[in-house]
Amino acid sequence: MTRTAAVPTRPAARRRPTPTETARLLPASGGPTYREHLDRVGPLPAAGPGLIQEVLESGLRGRGGAGFPTGRKMVAVRGRRGPAVVVANGTEGEPLSAKDRVLLARNPHLVLDGLVAVGAALRGDRIIIAVERARQDTVAALRHALVERPDHGPVIELVQTPSRYIAGQETALVRWINGGEARPVFGNRIYERGVAGRPTLVDNVETLAHVGLIARFGAGWFRLIGPPAEPGSMLVTVTGGVDRPGVYEVPIGSSLTQLLGQVGARRVQALLVGGYFGTWVGGERIAAVPLSAEGLATVGSRPGCGVIVALPDDVCAWAEVATVAEFYSAHSAGQCGPCVFGLEDIARAVRGVLAGDPEAEAAARHWTAMVKGRGACHLPDGAAGFVESALDVFGGEIADHRLGRCQRPHHGYLPSPAPGDWR
Amino acid sequence: MIAAAFTQSKELWYVMRASGLVSLILLTLTLVLGVVNVRRYATPRWPRAVTTLLHRNVAVLAVVFLGVHVGTAVIDTDVPVGWWAGLVPLASRWDRFWVGLGTLSVDIMIALVVTSLLRARMTHRTWRAVHWLAYASWPLAMAHGFGSGTDSSAWWARGVYVVCLLAVAGAVVWRLQRPIAPASLSGPVGSLDNRFAPRPATTGGSS
Amino acid sequence: MSRFRLVLDPTACDGHGVCAELLPEGIALDDWGFPIIAAGIADDHLPHARRAVSACPALALRMVRTDRHGGP
Repeated sequence: MTRTAAVPTRPAARRRPTPTETARLLPASGGPTYREHLDRVGPLPAAGPGLIQEVLESGLRGRGGAGFPTGRKMVAVRGRRGPAVVVANGTEGEPLSAKDRVLLARNPHLVLDGLVAVGAALRGDRIIIAVERARQDTVAALRHALVERPDHGPVIELVQTPSRYIAGQETALVRWINGGEARPVFGNRIYERGVAGRPTLVDNVETLAHVGLIARFGAGWFRLIGPPAEPGSMLVTVTGGVDRPGVYEVPIGSSLTQLLGQVGARRVQALLVGGYFGTWVGGERIAAVPLSAEGLATVGSRPGCGVIVALPDDVCAWAEVATVAEFYSAHSAGQCGPCVFGLEDIARAVRGVLAGDPEAEAAARHWTAMVKGRGACHLPDGAAGFVESALDVFGGEIADHRLGRCQRPHHGYLPSPAPGDWR
Repeated sequence: MIAAAFTQSKELWYVMRASGLVSLILLTLTLVLGVVNVRRYATPRWPRAVTTLLHRNVAVLAVVFLGVHVGTAVIDTDVPVGWWAGLVPLASRWDRFWVGLGTLSVDIMIALVVTSLLRARMTHRTWRAVHWLAYASWPLAMAHGFGSGTDSSAWWARGVYVVCLLAVAGAVVWRLQRPIAPASLSGPVGSLDNRFAPRPATTGGSS
Repeated sequence: MSRFRLVLDPTACDGHGVCAELLPEGIALDDWGFPIIAAGIADDHLPHARRAVSACPALALRMVRTDRHGGP
């Protein structure tokens, strides 16, 4: 069947009008029940391999933080031998992120539709959704939604993971599902051998929610908002020194300044974009930066999983940085020397900066350079990127600490939740 | 006729006893080197690589001498040790218990050699678990030597046994010490750029 | 362009440092005793590299052709 480039085709059975507002994932009205979901967007059309092409053309990129083109991941798995396994990653280990659990609470069926659709497109015979076991309210909401699913649909397994930052990493998640510990596996190309040794696709729950809509309304519709290189809407968790913290759905490419105004941000010293795995952006550089990978790249940052923390100018930044450095060290999987020892030393160096040790800055820079790329996963890179951006953005305050002149309190906008068990 | 003369000869008997003693000495050395390795002992003139490679090579040498020892014991018809007693403990008709200990020691060593040759095909944990049996293999060999060795009353044999025992005892004590944690940098930080060293010029041929 | 490169499994590596002794041109040790692997191995260093791979007590090193995907 040929397609004309400009006009998107529609499945003939569609009964509902195409959604036009930005509120694609977080519905403007209505609740999470299956009935209400169908009233909003209509039934999920039967998906086949054609969905892969649709997702490719949509330009959808992963919303879990890496931003990898989702269609390409699907192609990688499709090319392998054997039935595939699809995993929806709702573990959301990033401490300040709330978008995944808000999405699962308010629109679980859209996520499950995306999961089912991808499973069908890849001719997979096992589909799984994973959430952290500490989030029992999310587990309950999902269980409720799973009961509502039609009986003729595929079985969706619900897996609960340990409460550890690294448990959401692809290979760690696959290892956990396979019955092992939730620790990363070096060199594991899960699209070749993943769950039960089969080609496996792991996608963030928000990504799958977008797929649930693309399966109904097509690539062209998806591209109606957002810039051509990164189309669509995204969920952001805005927190920190703001009057109205929470999860918001915005078109990619929208103005950061406008968003901060919307949430009532107080005087912003700096933004932490992308959560702990992200980087700092100095307050004076935020103006005119669009919330997109391309826009944030101009200030040395990336959207990541969409966490935006506004740090007001009346708190001590280095105290917050030190807490996160400690967090990283505590959450190491303990498998790779440079991570185990390096992250501990980096945390020590950052504490040194906070305490005014004159050699601490150089030590921090030395060790962050030393740990990058040296682990089986990207945890050391996250720590290094976070601390390096802090050294750049808050470099001016290091002298204050050296002279004992920083009077600002440690507010604790960036918490350090203790790691749970591995099993 | 010649065969019978050979299999009953005194020379065969001496080779068997001597190779047994040499095996024990080499086994002791292997074990000590194994501990030196796991304790990560190194000096500028004795790098880690020397310990690792020496440990492996001495182990192979020990197995060779052991092969000679077991082979000669089996061939020698003066001593009724059947060929299967080389592998099955307590199957020897002569000196059953003491020879049996030696056989058990050999069995363990075969497991060590096989797992080490096939190391790449198993998990490190499995390989390591089998390798721990080395600590059982040595005392069995020692007891076998002392119990069934016909030279055990000689002063020089006793001397060898005592030295080997002291060496292994010392190694085990060292093995049980608290592990050394890698030293975190407390001194001046070095640059990453100059870490790769050019190979020093060698006077001999290429290695 | 070297034909081979070394791939280290950091989860298997226990920081013995034998590799760095046998191939100092291509493997250096970081502050904690763990190897930093240079990209690519010069052809005349290949025998040394092979020995380093074989001598690793933890079997953490592998040699891979540069045209093949070896790491994560």
